[in-house]
Amino acid sequence: MTERPGLVVIGAGPAGLAATLAAAARGVRVTLVDAAPEAGGQFHRQPGAGLGARRTRALHHGWRTWERLRDGLAAHIAAGRVTHLADHHVWCVEGARGAFTAHALLGPGQEESVAVRADAVLLATGGYEKVLPFPGWTLPGVVTAGGAQAMLKGGLVLPGRTAVVAGTGPLLLPVAVGLADAGAKVAALVESADPRAFVRHARVLAAHPDKLAEGARYAARLARHRVGVHVRHTVVAAHGTGRLDAVTVAALDADGRVRDGSERRIPCDSLAVGHGMLPHTDLAETLGCRLDGTGVAVDDEQRTDVPGVWAAGETTGIGGAALSLAEGRIAGLSVAARLDSRAPEPGSYAEAAGARAGLREFFAVVDRVCAPPARWTERVGDDTQVCRCEEVSAAAVREAVDGLGAGDVRTVKLLTRAGMGWCQGRMCGPAVAGLTGCPPTPARRPFARPVPLGVLAREPDASP
Amino acid sequence: MVGAACALYATRAGLRAVVVDRGPVGGGTTGAGEGNLLVSDKEPGPELELALLSGRLWAGLAAEPGVGESVEYEAKGGLVVASASEGLTALEGLAAAQRAAGVEAVPVAPDRLHDLEPYLAPGLAGGVLYPQDAQVMPALAAARLLRLARTAGARLRTGRPVTQVLRTASGAVRGVRTPHGDIHAPAVVNAAGTWGGEVAALAGVSLPVLPRRGFVLVTEPLPPRVRHKVYAADYVADVASDSAALQTSPVVEGTAAGPVLIGASRERIGFDRSFSLPVTRRLAAEATLLFPFLERVRALRAYQGFRPYLPDHLPAVGPDARVPGLFHACGHEGAGIGLATGTGHLIAQVLTDRAPDLDLTPFRPDRFPDTSPAFPGTSAAFPDTSPEEGP
Ligand SMILES: Cc1cc2nc3c(=O)[nH]c(=O)nc-3n(C[C@H](O)[C@H](O)[C@H](O)COP(=O)(O)OP(=O)(O)OC[C@H]3O[C@@H](n4cnc5c(N)ncnc54)[C@H](O)[C@@H]3O)c2cc1C
Ligand SMILES: Cc1cc2nc3c(=O)[nH]c(=O)nc-3n(C[C@H](O)[C@H](O)[C@H](O)COP(=O)(O)OP(=O)(O)OC[C@H]3O[C@@H](n4cnc5c(N)ncnc54)[C@H](O)[C@@H]3O)c2cc1C
Repeated sequence: MTERPGLVVIGAGPAGLAATLAAAARGVRVTLVDAAPEAGGQFHRQPGAGLGARRTRALHHGWRTWERLRDGLAAHIAAGRVTHLADHHVWCVEGARGAFTAHALLGPGQEESVAVRADAVLLATGGYEKVLPFPGWTLPGVVTAGGAQAMLKGGLVLPGRTAVVAGTGPLLLPVAVGLADAGAKVAALVESADPRAFVRHARVLAAHPDKLAEGARYAARLARHRVGVHVRHTVVAAHGTGRLDAVTVAALDADGRVRDGSERRIPCDSLAVGHGMLPHTDLAETLGCRLDGTGVAVDDEQRTDVPGVWAAGETTGIGGAALSLAEGRIAGLSVAARLDSRAPEPGSYAEAAGARAGLREFFAVVDRVCAPPARWTERVGDDTQVCRCEEVSAAAVREAVDGLGAGDVRTVKLLTRAGMGWCQGRMCGPAVAGLTGCPPTPARRPFARPVPLGVLAREPDASP
Repeated sequence: MVGAACALYATRAGLRAVVVDRGPVGGGTTGAGEGNLLVSDKEPGPELELALLSGRLWAGLAAEPGVGESVEYEAKGGLVVASASEGLTALEGLAAAQRAAGVEAVPVAPDRLHDLEPYLAPGLAGGVLYPQDAQVMPALAAARLLRLARTAGARLRTGRPVTQVLRTASGAVRGVRTPHGDIHAPAVVNAAGTWGGEVAALAGVSLPVLPRRGFVLVTEPLPPRVRHKVYAADYVADVASDSAALQTSPVVEGTAAGPVLIGASRERIGFDRSFSLPVTRRLAAEATLLFPFLERVRALRAYQGFRPYLPDHLPAVGPDARVPGLFHACGHEGAGIGLATGTGHLIAQVLTDRAPDLDLTPFRPDRFPDTSPAFPGTSAAFPDTSPEEGP
């Protein structure tokens, strides 16, 4: 790398793409770095090249937005304003004001690293799924909601013939519809939240007729596919020897207890579970950015508290593709102005800021209503595995807390190894926090990806 | 770790102990370091004597039913290597002095190094094997020792910061204050590690404990390939160094659970929690020089902790002549896990008015000039109360 681009954008989802287009259109040289083979992020995930992708279009709504982003990116790349580094896994960003270096491992092997230098950094790394354990969750056939969606969108493989979709939150709807559209029999959609709770937030809902209409469209499509929707229900166990063959679903009362006698067994060969998402904050934390709750804290212009570092999209909080787009656009405009030592004109992003405010308000309500059901930890049996990497059971976590004096996620990790494995607690963090009875605390992970010591040991090639 | 060991030996000596911590068990530096129990890195003198005593006590504890496995005790021995002949001469000189002080130190010829460590880099000048070096998993060790103490009658109060050391009219200690109430006792042991200076200040005395930062790299789990604790001879010079600048020369060790630990760096930059890629780069570079196969092994994480150090690199162990009833057991720098058992044992002896097995004069807590202005008494806010990161 000999050029010194103005801005490095990490993550080519809606947020990173919107920012790239906005900044490049104003003359900023942008390097867009993403781990995936193609741009698009979670929402616009592209089927791998070579697969018969006839259904692609049907699986994507917001197709027009995607076309606009994709074509805009291609135009900027052709004009030499944007460099897109696909298959680049950023493991660390270092630096301070005006001089940053993003270190990225190349390709599927991830054995070699390149250094990308820039004056400014935008973190648009999105989020990852929150997973909560229950008896049987480790059986083959149980996947995350996002995993099922990714299989549909990316590989166009149907995860199973009879599926149950369960958990909580708005992601369950597109996943259930997507599976049904692709030909799976969706035996049930099991949502633990009570939609009547939304009524308490009627004012916010009324301000988002588009979201209500979207919900209604999903409901209609689920009805058309004859998918039974069970609200205030939960999957209490998954069954099978060697592979999933059924789940037990039960109704919850107002206190989150299973209603006596409400258990029902549903045969199925796949179960997609989702409990919402959590922001990816590793790179931000290593740079020293402050967090706000679970996401990266940003100001009006999407700036973090570290000068020269911006963040946009789900890395700052979970709120869907439209919010990521709005935040990305604002960040791109701000970077363009600030690199030019100007303040962005508020008028230039008033529309995006309006959309951002509304969507944040809406998703704050979603977050409150679609929290994991109370008492979910009581249903996690002692022999249920909590940390898959290190094979730590719920009993071991409980013993660390009750018997050895652990009081937080970190000490439980030290005493049980839960969260020390390959995924570094991304998977089991929320579960361990729940069983420990403390709020999930973000774990600092200096390396966003495992990095070979030989790579770490080498000074990055000196470039101007 | 040190508090747990003090509680265990005090309880076994017949005292009733209450362990008070503002956080959870192992929430301080103990959960953010490594568990090398080393004699190899210590020059003859009081610290080495404490290390030898501690090593014997660790071995004794590990031999009690169930204890050894539960703390992942491994008497694996240390191997110190030198890359060039000057380094080897210095290393052999140190080993001779250590042998005179009771350490087992066996010279290893260059052509025998690979019998001990098959994956070691070629071309090294030689080394010394220290069979008495061992290891434990520190957080488990603290938790398990506390559990043994509790089984013997000690009580544990976590989540309670000590905000005041209570004194009688004549100035003697009579307990501690916490937001959850006072705890009365005729003796208080300050085992607050890196924060020991602040707890001393609560009792009105100065103790200049300062933080010395260290990073540790942790690899993916591997089949056993590193058998001993292996480090380069410059490590000893680093440990004893007075320089504030960054020093590395990491100990490379395999763990029972599979990952290889590479650590640790030493820097004096206060409680700076920001991540430093250059420091971890140095650790990686030096470890891959010793073990070239590590080049392709992945680091999963890095963590940092703050060692409690006193200006002369010796801990404060024993009664404080300035305040009757106040005892200190802190400031063990990079060896607090290893030295915990000896420290706990000696503290129990002086608490029960017995003659300690070692002369405590070099460890006297009041051996430093009074630096009260830097530690302004009870009003000293705790400059750093955030929990450590840990592995
Ligand atoms: C199953 C599912 C269904 C959904 N359905 C809808 C829906 O119907 N409507 C809706 O509005 N939203 C939906 N969403 C949410 C939508 O996908 C997200 O809101 C949106 O993608 C967030 O955009 P983003 O740009 O913030 O992050 P993402 O789209 O997540 O993009 C982040 C990008 O960063 C890259 N990245 C992360 N870390 C690194 C790294 N260290 N190095 C290099 N690259 C990195 C990733 O590869 C990814 O491409 C759905 C999400 C899921 C999981
Ligand atoms: C990177 C690194 C590597 C290391 N490697 C090794 C090694 O290989 N071998 C070795 O022997 N040592 C090693 N050490 C050093 C070792 O970790 C420390 O010496 C040891 O943990 C100190 O133990 P401690 O009990 O004195 O302190 P801590 O474990 O810090 O315990 C002090 C406790 O006091 C509590 N506390 C503080 N203030 C108050 C208050 N006001 N009220 C109530 N409670 C309070 C804290 O919450 C804490 O739990 C290493 C250290 C680091 C950082």
